[in-house]
Amino acid sequence: MLIGTLAAMACALPGNFLLLRRQALIGDAISHTVLPGIVVAFLVTGTIAAVPMMLGAAGAALVAVVLIEAIRRLGRVEPGAAMGVVFTAMFAGGVLLLEQTDTASVHLDVEHALYGNLESLIWLDGFSWSALTDPAALATLPPELGRMAAALVVVAAATWLFWRPLKLATFDEAFARTLGLPVTLISLGIVTMAALAAVAAFDAVGSIIVIAMFICPPACARLMTNRLEHQVTWSLGFATLSAVLGYVLAGYGPLWLGNTASVSAAGMIATVSGALLGLAALFGPHRRG
Amino acid sequence: MLIDALTLQLGYNATLVALGAAALGLAAGTVGAFLFLRQRALVSDAISHSTLPGLACAFLLMVAFGGEGRNLAGLMAGSAVSAWLGLWLTAWLTRRTRLSEDAAIGAVLSVFFGLGVVLLTVIQTMSAGRQAGLESFLLGSTAGMLQSDALLIAAGGALTLTATLLLRRPLLMIAFDEGYAAQRGLSVHAFDMALMTLVMAVTVTGLKIVGLILIVALLIIPPVAARFWTDRAERVALLAGVLGGAAGYAGAAISATAPQLPTGPIIVLTAFAFFTLSLIAAPGRGVMASLLRHRRLQHRVHLRQGLLALAHGQPVYEDLTRRMLRARGLLRADGVPTAKGRARAAEEALDEARWQELRRAPQLSELAARDDGLTRIEDILTRDQIAAIDARLGPRGAVA
Repeated sequence: MLIGTLAAMACALPGNFLLLRRQALIGDAISHTVLPGIVVAFLVTGTIAAVPMMLGAAGAALVAVVLIEAIRRLGRVEPGAAMGVVFTAMFAGGVLLLEQTDTASVHLDVEHALYGNLESLIWLDGFSWSALTDPAALATLPPELGRMAAALVVVAAATWLFWRPLKLATFDEAFARTLGLPVTLISLGIVTMAALAAVAAFDAVGSIIVIAMFICPPACARLMTNRLEHQVTWSLGFATLSAVLGYVLAGYGPLWLGNTASVSAAGMIATVSGALLGLAALFGPHRRG
Repeated sequence: MLIDALTLQLGYNATLVALGAAALGLAAGTVGAFLFLRQRALVSDAISHSTLPGLACAFLLMVAFGGEGRNLAGLMAGSAVSAWLGLWLTAWLTRRTRLSEDAAIGAVLSVFFGLGVVLLTVIQTMSAGRQAGLESFLLGSTAGMLQSDALLIAAGGALTLTATLLLRRPLLMIAFDEGYAAQRGLSVHAFDMALMTLVMAVTVTGLKIVGLILIVALLIIPPVAARFWTDRAERVALLAGVLGGAAGYAGAAISATAPQLPTGPIIVLTAFAFFTLSLIAAPGRGVMASLLRHRRLQHRVHLRQGLLALAHGQPVYEDLTRRMLRARGLLRADGVPTAKGRARAAEEALDEARWQELRRAPQLSELAARDDGLTRIEDILTRDQIAAIDARLGPRGAVA
């Protein structure tokens, strides 16, 4: 649950800027292209260790961004279409690689990549608060937690450090350019942050929740306030709320309905975030542009 | 093996799949072209993802009524309903809130997909209705496709194609000039919805073969590839249909040659190969063509500058220029111009002098704007005009 929350927050943070810059679907593209990167990393190293996976995923995300730009410039293709060409082709390549090799046997299958696997990341020893101070129990913490926390810290720190230039470049690119700010570098930085968050979260929770968290909480927040500072805060709040609520609903909801098994937590989190967006769209104070 | 597959010698089932995929690709490419021209390619992404909950709901319903959950027609109907809902929500979010269209697309696709996954996990816990094949709708699978399934897909493709062809004129008009179309009394909104319905039909039809994630590729890649070859909208649509059909056919055939080659991804990668080929080799808009154009221009500039330098008796230092002059027999290896070189240099110098005079001549000066440093003055002026310029040049025309 904690991982889900951290993942949601890490994705929502850069999502705010992507949303305002009308690049919301970059998150979608990145989360699809991560797949071939992970498969290639597995083929090269032969392990499912975290570091090569992350490197592979980040590499693939970078390749995708470069390819999109190249197709857009060289072929004078409209950005949405260029994105569509690249991410579907790369995703298809990833699926093909997966099927070609026997990676499917080592918990690296397509369904896992899509749905995520929050349920398996249960901290078995963490049933009481005292476990927090017990080093033996802490050692059994799923490593994804640490990684996710680190990713969140990095994204948050970058956002905080570059707050002013980010804000300027987002709202008034021309003005930012006249001030001598490296606008291209900043937008590249935002995409990199998004890729980092996506890769870390992908590892833990799968690609749907990544896309949902990139877009839904910031979109909700956008309907709640006009100020960027408030929007970021709101989006973090919405992200946390959907993660917690989604997880609880996924775990206990079916029990209340008399069913025994739980449902996909990642899917539920995405669903809750959508429901929140629906509410915001219906009742939010700043619905109209 | 591959030849066998391409010529439909690989058995009844493979033939069925290849023909079905070709029909689907043809329809997807054509419909996708209109979507692409309307600059809304990524809407298809939202549509395809939002088919999942409908698919799962249809399955649940069919099982609840005691049927077999895997009836393709039933599943297609369910996904059509939820795709339409997703589409409507996207439109509503874009129109009624200040969220931009891409945000609405992203929100709808991720949320619907999440909901679909939740429903899928519900289904997994049930024992009824042979749920095993349902995941194959994510990425497409043609194993175990029945004749009735293939016929359904082919029929869906054909129907969509026909409807697209019937609607092509209003759709094109809206794609190019929304305001003009509205003035002519066309309901932009209604035709947009019609287009989206067609996209939805293709998506739902294609679920079985390429899967809901990759069907987007068939809607986007062929039109983008086709756009490289022609500037005319009808031809883009036609070519996109052909490319899509070819990708579907070849992809299905290739994937039939080996058991571990999944159909959907192979079809998409075949389409991507067509795209790459178009990007590089297409005349006019392709990378090769523009590189060649650039090189030709570069050569002409170098040649002219080199000749002008020779005319003024200056040595040529620039490497490329020297090589080009030498290759044309205008310059000797030691940097001294040949007789032919001197003649050409004099010609260029005269041309340059005439251009300069032209700029000073009041009655002709507007023509001087056409000087790009490369065009020969004979190409623009008549003989008489050149004679007039030469007369003005008169005493200083010694270069000739």
